[in-house]
Formats: sequence, structure tokens, C-alpha cells
Amino acid sequence: MCRLFAMTSETPVSPMIALEAMDVMREGHDGSGVGLFLRDLGGPFEEIKNAPILSGIFSEKGLRRLDTFMMDIGFMTKYKITIKVPKIPPPGVPKRDTYLIRAYEYPEEWDDYSQSDRYEKLLEIRLQLRAMGEEKRDMIVFSFWPDVIMLKEIGDPLQVANYLKLDRNELHARVIMAQGRQNTNYAINLYACHPFFIQGYASMTNGECTAFTPIREFLLSRNYPGYTGYQSDSEIFTHILHYTQTRLGLDISAYKHIITPLQDAAIADHANAGLLKQLKQSCRRLIIDGPNCVIGCLPDHSLFMVQDRKKLRPGVVGGRPGRYAFSSEVCGLDYAVPDRDKSQDFQPMHLDTVIVGPQRQEVSICNQMQPLPPLH
Amino acid sequence: MQPNATIAPSTLSVKDLPWQILWHKDKCTLCGRCTAVCPVNAIELGVFRKRRIKVSLEPQGNPSSGFDIFHGIRQKTDPAYACVGCATCSLVCPNDAILPMRSDEADKLRFHINRGGQPRSRGGRRNVPGGILDQIKFIRISMLTDPALDAGRHEFEMRTLLGRILPPEQNLKFFNENGWIPPVREIYPLIIGGMSFGALSPNMWEGLQMGVAYLNEELGMPVRMCTGEGGCPPRLLRSPFLKYVILQIASGYFGWDEIIHAIPEMVEDPCAIEIKYGQGAKPGDGGLLMWHKVNKLIAAIRGVPPGISLPSPPTHQTQYSIEESVAKMIQSMYMAWGFRVPVYPKISASSTAMAVLNNLTRNPYAAGLAIDGEDGGTGAAYNVSMDHMGHPIATNIRDGYLNLVKVGMQNEIPIFAGGGVGKNGNLAANAATLIMLGASGVQTGKYIMQAAAGCLGSETDRCNICNIGRCPRGITSQDPRLYRRLDVEKVAERVVDLYLAFDMELKKILAPLGRSTALPIGMSDALGISDYYAAQRLSIKYVV
Ligand code: SF4
Ligand code: SF4
Repeated sequence: MCRLFAMTSETPVSPMIALEAMDVMREGHDGSGVGLFLRDLGGPFEEIKNAPILSGIFSEKGLRRLDTFMMDIGFMTKYKITIKVPKIPPPGVPKRDTYLIRAYEYPEEWDDYSQSDRYEKLLEIRLQLRAMGEEKRDMIVFSFWPDVIMLKEIGDPLQVANYLKLDRNELHARVIMAQGRQNTNYAINLYACHPFFIQGYASMTNGECTAFTPIREFLLSRNYPGYTGYQSDSEIFTHILHYTQTRLGLDISAYKHIITPLQDAAIADHANAGLLKQLKQSCRRLIIDGPNCVIGCLPDHSLFMVQDRKKLRPGVVGGRPGRYAFSSEVCGLDYAVPDRDKSQDFQPMHLDTVIVGPQRQEVSICNQMQPLPPLH
Repeated sequence: MQPNATIAPSTLSVKDLPWQILWHKDKCTLCGRCTAVCPVNAIELGVFRKRRIKVSLEPQGNPSSGFDIFHGIRQKTDPAYACVGCATCSLVCPNDAILPMRSDEADKLRFHINRGGQPRSRGGRRNVPGGILDQIKFIRISMLTDPALDAGRHEFEMRTLLGRILPPEQNLKFFNENGWIPPVREIYPLIIGGMSFGALSPNMWEGLQMGVAYLNEELGMPVRMCTGEGGCPPRLLRSPFLKYVILQIASGYFGWDEIIHAIPEMVEDPCAIEIKYGQGAKPGDGGLLMWHKVNKLIAAIRGVPPGISLPSPPTHQTQYSIEESVAKMIQSMYMAWGFRVPVYPKISASSTAMAVLNNLTRNPYAAGLAIDGEDGGTGAAYNVSMDHMGHPIATNIRDGYLNLVKVGMQNEIPIFAGGGVGKNGNLAANAATLIMLGASGVQTGKYIMQAAAGCLGSETDRCNICNIGRCPRGITSQDPRLYRRLDVEKVAERVVDLYLAFDMELKKILAPLGRSTALPIGMSDALGISDYYAAQRLSIKYVV
């Protein structure tokens, strides 16, 4: 089983908090890898919120190819973080040439692009880079998006963090998601590491999705270039989230109705019976069947957590106005937000979606039996 | 026969027949029940002459001989009366004095059941036991990385959809704009496949209907049953139970006059309309109800004179091209019920099935596709059609599903698999296999006849005389003396038993795979087979 930790805070915090919280929960992961997602960045990135940031791992050759490629399409480097690592990596961590975090200036002709065109183009570039890297095995690209940094590496989370010196001001962020891996397959592909990201939507999961194969088939057949990858079964959660919000125009409160719909009798009594019935039928191939706990982040910086229909995975949310954390276990929460009212900790059950909005003032709980907000 | 008598080419001995009757003289009481009950008159009262030698005990006495007469059972060897191995004689014998035994080598009868140039026709199924479905196993067991579920404790949603489902984007748009959304039925994934009123006896049909009604009304299982091509009794057409019925229309249009006239008086819509274009057991051949079975009741329901054979043409006579006429027929059927009832075609499995499916993807009304494989059953067909024509169901379903995946319509057109599901008694395992290969549900007929009514037929040519109206169990007969053997209530009870057992077995398969919230349609990663080429062909795992 993997361990998950996410935090949203009014003031930017160091990603080390998340990794240390992960370390507290170390009985639940085997230190075989770590993934980090940072958003609503502080530090130098605060000033360049709109500049797309490329995160990835590059060999020297890959870096040269990247530079040529980005130059050709008119992207200029605006700001970069240089991560200098000691000569010898800790045991189990592979030697890499460059961990890259680099913000770019858009090419001039992009000025006329609409927001959605930009988003499509950014996705396209990330996929192109990924394909180039897969071909020559010289680059791994995690994200290319404004105000988002991602990092993934094999090894023990805390050791990796110290090795990469993640406790630096430049990496402080208001939203942090981290996952400690439990290795279920021997060769670790970094593309199989959580969190997963597509066009502003990110999620990470623990547990295995038993309905992975038909769901992957369904997503692949949507003919959308971003629905690719699937080195991990958990990537489907991110794509389903993206699909329901961008293609179906549904709100986060409807996400659970897609992945774990109510049973027919409950739907019949629901205020939105008509809609829910249609959703259940037409999105039938997206039903996940658990056992999974999903923590995700939306473009507006909200964090959310949902459980599968059987609620077979651990997950707890707690905090105080200004700072909330989502954790696999209470001890992670205790470490990250010790000064909270513990009686308010909430463990979402099979019908709940827990959301902490961009204001970070409260935990809202949306139960599947409640009416949905009107469609937009 | 005398040693020097002439023998005709078709003169056979008991040994040449597929079944030999073993009869015990010392147990037989000559009650005559067996000869009375035999559906094909294969046995008769025999008078046997036996010579007895008397040896004198006196030293000088001479031996003498005399003749005794005794009575017993004689098996006929005329090919027209060959025993079919049904063992009804054994069933009725009070002393267990009689038993049919299968011959130890291939019979010679097969070369002679074409007298008058009439090739053999029969009912039943393909005489080939085994099949690929039973070789496929479920290999993806949830254990520690994800816990297995509890078949007895967790909630299971075992429903499937029958009807055209719109792609999610369009579905929401139409929902918001109050557009027409095609009717979709949420049903149980095991459907009782089309067996007509006429092919089946009234008791059998009524028993099935009662069982289905009980499952729906008392147990909340939305089980559906297809009528087959033979119309539907007028009272059922006008009853609320019609909603559990899938009405079938086929090339003979039997019974549709009655159905169309009943539409204004219907209190419920039928579940769906199945347009039968083909049948797995005898692909390319039309339905057939032999004259023996067309009595007054059947004739009235079907709208024909009694006592004549009712062959349906191999194809719908009004159909010239699939594009135009299938679409037209589907639409007319939709129109008849005000676009409230799903309409889907049923075809025989065939190497051409993909063309039909691809055509349906372009027809916005097609509510699904039922494909019937070579192991399907039939009330009457030529032996050659049954044994040698047809296509296995597994590859057809898999190809169909993967084809739909390619065009992204795997959720829009449900495929239903039939033909040999539960052929060897493994109904739930076969159904789950087909579902994981991509079927939305399965149709079964023979299993129902065997489990709910005690049909004796087998894939090794036992009984299989459903065509002549002499069914020894009263399942496929229109003779009241035969069908009164079948207790309607008991049939209904067995239908309920078998569905409940199926439901439990299906859960016992799905729970260890970690599936309960939705039917695992297309979950091919759970399937494995030890036949390398079959694994390749079906895109499932090869395991040894
Ligand atoms: S087994 Fe059936 S067909 Fe054969 S003799 Fe007995 S009753 Fe007649
Ligand atoms: S028992 Fe009846 S239904 Fe079964 S094979 Fe024999 S004749 Fe056909």
C-alpha cells in the first residue's frame, strides 16, 4: 500500500513538511519512490504565476535536445532552479544528470491564443517532449504548466528530499501533494509514480484499481491526446477527473457519482435522479470499483479526497483555518498540523467527497445523497 | 432373422445402433410401462422362443429337448425407430429392469437415417462436447495489494444495460435540452434466450414466465425472457408482466398480427424487441415448427391454420441491404411503441458478424446486438446445419468488443452473447468469461431447459427429438398427455433456484477479482488460458 499526504496552506511552506509527514507514516510505504506536486508557489515563482514551468529529469544530451526544441518553438527560459546534488546518490537512488525546474516565457505568437488554445498547446508540447524522451531515453517530463512543479524519484522519500535539498525557499508552495510508494512491480518507471497531472488537474491514489483495463480502454478511445500513458492504473483517476470537468462540464461534487455511482434504489430517491441515472449509464465504463483513496487538486487550487464505494482504504482530513492536511494516517496529520482541533478530523466514508477550497477556511463535505449544484 | 434370409442395405442389428437396451428378464414384471412411454416406439413386447434340454438322471435315460416361450422387451432395429437413449423407460420401470447403454463404437445408424432422401433432422444442439469457454479461467485474484471482496457481505450491482447509450457528452447535452434519449433497460445480465411458444409446451412456457415474474416481483432481480418467434399469448400481451418480456420478430413474422393488434391495449411496454436475423444452431436457416406441434392453440397465436409445418424463410423477405432495410425495420419497430422500447437485432455468430456490428455503430437507433454462437440450441433443424454450420461465440464477442473499443463505442452498443453458455453446466463461469471478453450479458436456453425442466438432451446425441413433438419430459411437446408431466409451479421454482444459484456463483467469481460496483464488462486482464494460440487470438493471458 502507498502513503499519501497533501497540504494546503495560506502561507507557502517547505515541501519538507510533506516528506517528513511521509516519514512518520513509513510503516505504510517501503521507501521505493516518491512523487511531489507543488502548486500556488511562493518564492521567485510568485512573480511569474502565468509562466509555464517545465519539470522533469534530463540527461546532458536530453537537455541539449530540449534547449534546441524549445528554442525552435519560441520558448525562452525565464527562470530556473538549479539543483546541485552530491556526487554519490543515496543507496537505491539512480544517478541523474539534471533535475530540471524551469519557467518559460511564452512565444510572442501565443499572445493571440485563447486560454483553452494555450492549454491544449501546453499539453501537446509536454506529450511531444515525453515522446522524444521515450525514444532516446534521455528525458522524463512530469509537467509543463503555469504555477506547477513536479518531482519524482526512486528511493526513500526523506533521503531523496535531503539529497535534492528540497528544503529551499524557491520550492515553497501553498499546495503540496506527496506520495510514498509501495513497490508492486520491480522495474520502477517514473511515469508510474504518483501524483499524475493533466492540464491543471492532479491526483494521487493508494490501492489498486481493479477495473483498470476497461477504463483505460474507454479513456484511450476518447480520442484525446492527453489520455495516454497508463504505466500506472492510478493515472485513470486524474484523467477521469479531467474528463468529467472539462468534457462534461461537471463539478467536483459529481466526480464520485462518476467513479462510484449510487445504487439504483438510492438514485431513484435522489433530488437529481434523472441526471444521475444518465451519468451512471453513459459513464458506466468509468466506474472504478476500488479499493482506492484518491486525493486530488483542481485548477482553482482546491484539494479533495474521495474513497471507493467499499471504503477499503485509510484517509483522514484535518487542520485549522489557513492550513489543512489530507493524510493516509492520523500520525501524518499530527506531524504536519499539530495545533488543530483533533475532534474535527474527518475520515470520509463511501459517500463523501471532502473539499478544502482555495480560501482554506473550512472542510466542506459533500455527501452523494445530497442534491448536486446546478449544471453549468 | 434366418441365416439365409436376404438383408437390405439398411438392415441393422442392435449392435449397429447408437443405444442398446439392456433388459433383465428376471427383474421384469412385464408391466408394459416402458413400451408405453417410449417416445420413439423403440421397444415393443417381444415373444421369445427358447429351447430347453432335459437331461435324464437315469443311467440309461436319453436326453430330450423341448421349447419354451417367454415374453419380454425387444428393441427395434428399423432406423426409423432407433432408440434415442432418453432413458424414459428406465425412469418408469418399477424394477430397474431396463437401461439404454451407449454402444462401444460409432454406430452404423448414421448412414441410414436418410431414407426417402430425407437427411436427418432433429432438435437439440451441436453434437460436439467441450468448448473453449470452460478452458478459460479467472486468474487476477485480489489478495494483498487490493483486498478481495466478500461475496456474502459486500453489496453487488449485477445489472447490465440493454439499449443504445449515448456518449457522455451528447447524453448530458440531450438531458439538459430535453432531447430524445434512447430507451435503456437495466436488466439482469442472464437472459432467457428466445424459445417460442410452440417450440415449448404451454406448461414449460408458463412455468418460465411464472419464475421470471417471481424473480422480478419478489426478489427484485430484473430477469428478462425472450419469446422467440412464435408470438405471445394474448393475455400476457395485455398484462403488466409484459415488461419482463422481450418480443422477438423473425422472418416468418409469426404472431405479429396478434401483437400489433394488442398494442393499443397494452398496459406496459415490452422490455425490448429482438429482430432475429439468424440463429447460432442453424445459421443461414430459418426457424421451423414441424406440423406435429402446430395444434389449435399454437395456430391461433401464430395466426396460421393448424396441422401444417411452419418454416420461416432463412432471411427476412423484405430485406435487400443491411444499410437500408435493417435500419428501416429497427425504426419501424421503434415507431410502433412511440420510441419507448429498445430494438436490437440478433444474428448468428459468423465471420461476417463484424460487418453487421459496424453497420449498427452508424445506426443511432440500434439498441444492441445479440450474437448467437454455434453451440446454441434449436427446436428443429437439419443435423448437418447443427453439427457443421456456425461460428464459435468467444472470438465473435471478443472481436466485436475490440472493434467497438476502436471506435470508442464500447459503452454505446451492448453486445449479448448466446450459444453454449453453460453447455457443460458451468453457467456462471461461462457467463462471466463472456462478460469479461466484452459481452454486456448472456442469453441461454438449453441450460434453462435442463435445469428448470429436466431436459435430457446432450451434446453426445442423447434424446434431441424436440422437433417431433414427443418430448419425454413434456418440454417441447404440444401433446397434453406429454406436457402434463411438467408441473408448471415446479418449473417456476426451478427457474428461481437456478437464478439464485447463478447469482451467488457470479458473486463468488467477481468478489475475488475485486469487482462489485459494476459488471466487469471487458475486464480481459482477469482471464487466462493454457492454449497459447487461443490466448493470442482472444488477447488474454497465456498461463500454464
Ligand atoms: S431409452 Fe428412450 S428411446 Fe430408448 S427405449 Fe427407452 S424410452 Fe425408448
Ligand atoms: S427432453 Fe425434450 S427438450 Fe430435451 S432433448 Fe429431449 S425432446 Fe428435446
